[in-house]
Amino acid sequence: MAKFGHRTIERNSILMLVLTLLVVSIGGLVEIVPLYYLDSTIEKVRGMRPYSPLELAGRNIYIREGCYNCHSQMVRSLRDEVDRYGHYSLAAESMYDRPFQWGSKRTGPDLARVGGRYSDDWHREHLIRPRNVVPESVMPGYAFLMERPAALDAIEVDLRANAALGVPYTEDMIANARADAAAQADPESDGAEAILERYPKAQIRDFDGNPDMVSEMDALIAYLQMLGTLVDFDAYSAEGDTLR
Amino acid sequence: MDYESVRSFAATWGLVALVIMFLVAVAYALWPRNRARFRDAAHMPLRED
Amino acid sequence: MRVATNCLWVGLFAAVALYGLLVMLRAADPGFVLHGLLFLAFGIAAAAFTVRTALTPEPVLSGDGPNYNTAIVRAGVIASTFWGLVGFAAGLWIALQLAFPALNFDLPWTNFGRLRPVHTSAVIFAFGGNVLLATSFHVVQRTCRTRLAGRITPWFVFWGYQLFIVLAASGYVLGITQSKEYAEPEWYVDLWLTLVWVCYLLVFMATLARRREPHIYVANWFYLAFIVTIAMLHLINNAALPISFFGPKSYIVWAGVQDALTQWWYGHNAVGFFLTAGFLGIMYYFIPKRAERPVYSYRLSIVHFWALIFLYIWAGPHHLHYTALPDWAQTLGMTFSIMLWMPSWGGMINGLMTLSGAWDKLRTDPVLRMLVVSVAFYGMSTFEGPLMSIKAVNALSHYTDWTVGHVHSGALGWVGFVSFGALYVLAPVVWQRERLYSLRLVEWHFWISSLGIVLYITAMWVSGIMQGLMWRAYDSLGFLEYSFVETVEAMHPFYVIRALGGALFVAGAFIMAYNLWRTARGDIRETEPLQVPGAIAPAAA
Repeated sequence: MAKFGHRTIERNSILMLVLTLLVVSIGGLVEIVPLYYLDSTIEKVRGMRPYSPLELAGRNIYIREGCYNCHSQMVRSLRDEVDRYGHYSLAAESMYDRPFQWGSKRTGPDLARVGGRYSDDWHREHLIRPRNVVPESVMPGYAFLMERPAALDAIEVDLRANAALGVPYTEDMIANARADAAAQADPESDGAEAILERYPKAQIRDFDGNPDMVSEMDALIAYLQMLGTLVDFDAYSAEGDTLR
Repeated sequence: MDYESVRSFAATWGLVALVIMFLVAVAYALWPRNRARFRDAAHMPLRED
Repeated sequence: MRVATNCLWVGLFAAVALYGLLVMLRAADPGFVLHGLLFLAFGIAAAAFTVRTALTPEPVLSGDGPNYNTAIVRAGVIASTFWGLVGFAAGLWIALQLAFPALNFDLPWTNFGRLRPVHTSAVIFAFGGNVLLATSFHVVQRTCRTRLAGRITPWFVFWGYQLFIVLAASGYVLGITQSKEYAEPEWYVDLWLTLVWVCYLLVFMATLARRREPHIYVANWFYLAFIVTIAMLHLINNAALPISFFGPKSYIVWAGVQDALTQWWYGHNAVGFFLTAGFLGIMYYFIPKRAERPVYSYRLSIVHFWALIFLYIWAGPHHLHYTALPDWAQTLGMTFSIMLWMPSWGGMINGLMTLSGAWDKLRTDPVLRMLVVSVAFYGMSTFEGPLMSIKAVNALSHYTDWTVGHVHSGALGWVGFVSFGALYVLAPVVWQRERLYSLRLVEWHFWISSLGIVLYITAMWVSGIMQGLMWRAYDSLGFLEYSFVETVEAMHPFYVIRALGGALFVAGAFIMAYNLWRTARGDIRETEPLQVPGAIAPAAA
């Protein structure tokens, strides 16, 4: 210890820096890197697909308005949560989420499986005037979403960025992104079949009840209505007893 | 790479390595020869100006 | 050499201004256009400052002292105080929104979802960050007995950091966010902060390199660990692909479960290294300084340092118990979180016992009392934290207000009080005043804020545990007893109490701001005795 000991470290700022960096790297390396290599991290499930362009636009509104501050999207494997919200969340269900939206606080309820729970009309009214529908709610109102057209005129760029990061958007999906986005909010359009082929289980409706415009409300409700609806749980069985 | 092999490595060699690192740090801090130097260092905030 | 460096700076600032101009001309997003304008203004102002500084001859030193750069510490004290008021007030505002939702006004820019990151970023990064800048620049100079390195660079760090804050906060209000908690700013703000942070590290390292003391004092180790670890966390957690150079939107490189763990590896160590390691640097300098006694055990501080930085980095997965994160990672996170209790309490004991033999000073010096109580809060939070990381406890506490209460006992009690103490110590030194304007006002600040904290954390304990229990309650027929909204309704009285506690804390901060302002002006409140006689409670005015 005489020649090279802590004395050297305490006197050499560069060495201190390097050692500190080494020490603080270990935990992250050991915990995060295996998530990419252990095969068991993400379950093999049937039904997962990338977000349709309109759903992706809605998801970006969800992020922009900070919904994650009060709503989680992660049903834990606890009995009461499964009873309240449905099957516990699988890692596979957020495999295309950049960033993830698991949340950390439930000022409002979990939304991981909110899709199909309520009607479009309920969602629209609830987003505009929450306390008209749920008197005790403390949620802010989002009436302004009705007035704003959803930003869809360059949505293919968003798909392309996701594709570059590994989300399996095909060239076909990217080329038709704008048309698909408009068609998903218009039940009269001819594009319905093509959308369902590209995005199975996609819901095609005029979500906000205003046929003249694809609004941010359309996009957000389209996103909420698909949450938790993709995975086919009849075809999925977890190994072993995972429920607490 | 599967879960079992990673786990068994961590619970043996990983554990040994961490314990050794910890013991080295503690031994250094308590080494008698360093006592005077530390006493001096502790007075640094009071010596300035 | 100096000419070349100055040219480099001017070139950099010109590039920043040019990029800002291009953004203003080409961007479609109104918020991003505003940010282009801010880049343009900053680039021009910084270039002008650099040219002016380069043309001004360096002042000739009088005497042979170290000629400390106190101007930058003064700027840091002012910025800390200002952002503290902004951040605490924003917190009070959103607390009131949860109690009285009409206060959201249902406008995009005033809704809770956009204002909550304004509060968290303003208190952590704007208030906390400026306190760390100011104190680290002060401590590194004093314990190295040398002037801060660089002429332009420290000021670039300071003003560049303020620009980062303004970009981040205005971005959230205008809807520019990547939604990663405590890392909400978008890619271009992240890049800007990276540039500022590298310069911060360079200034700090260069100052250490020119020190006139053989030894690097332990406070500086904590500051160094804070700077370098935050750089690592920031770069990895924010790795993202922007969809355009002229739009704010980007997509994160990591996805789903991997992104979740990367985020909480970052998030927990924003606590561990920003709000703990950095502020432990403050503790290790300012408590010995104010108590006029060396730290209790320098040996303990060495073990404390290495154990803390090694263990903290593993604790992130305790934010993801019972989620889709693999069980092995959850267990690992829990184990290390529990072990973290030991170095945390080692540090607490080291801070508290520094007072041994001088406990009477707690009675007479409210500034020292603030510092010491902060360490006590640190001990309480770092006991509660490992407890909450136990999976069985976490199953109840997670997603509830208990977590919010835990964070605030650390944030208000530890980070807040240790910062206030440091600012009270710093102000008379950097403005070269004989003493603070008024110690009695410090007493008021201490007691009002303490009361506020107690109201805050007890309200959150009760509401958090109650909500957790209501969520899992079953009736005799085996059905869930409460609907979700019934639990929301039950929170209301506690949200009101919490807002009241927050209001007291804000009031205390305003008292501090007034006291610091009068101190900077050179005023001394003559009517009060130097020592508050015998009383623990403030004497009636």
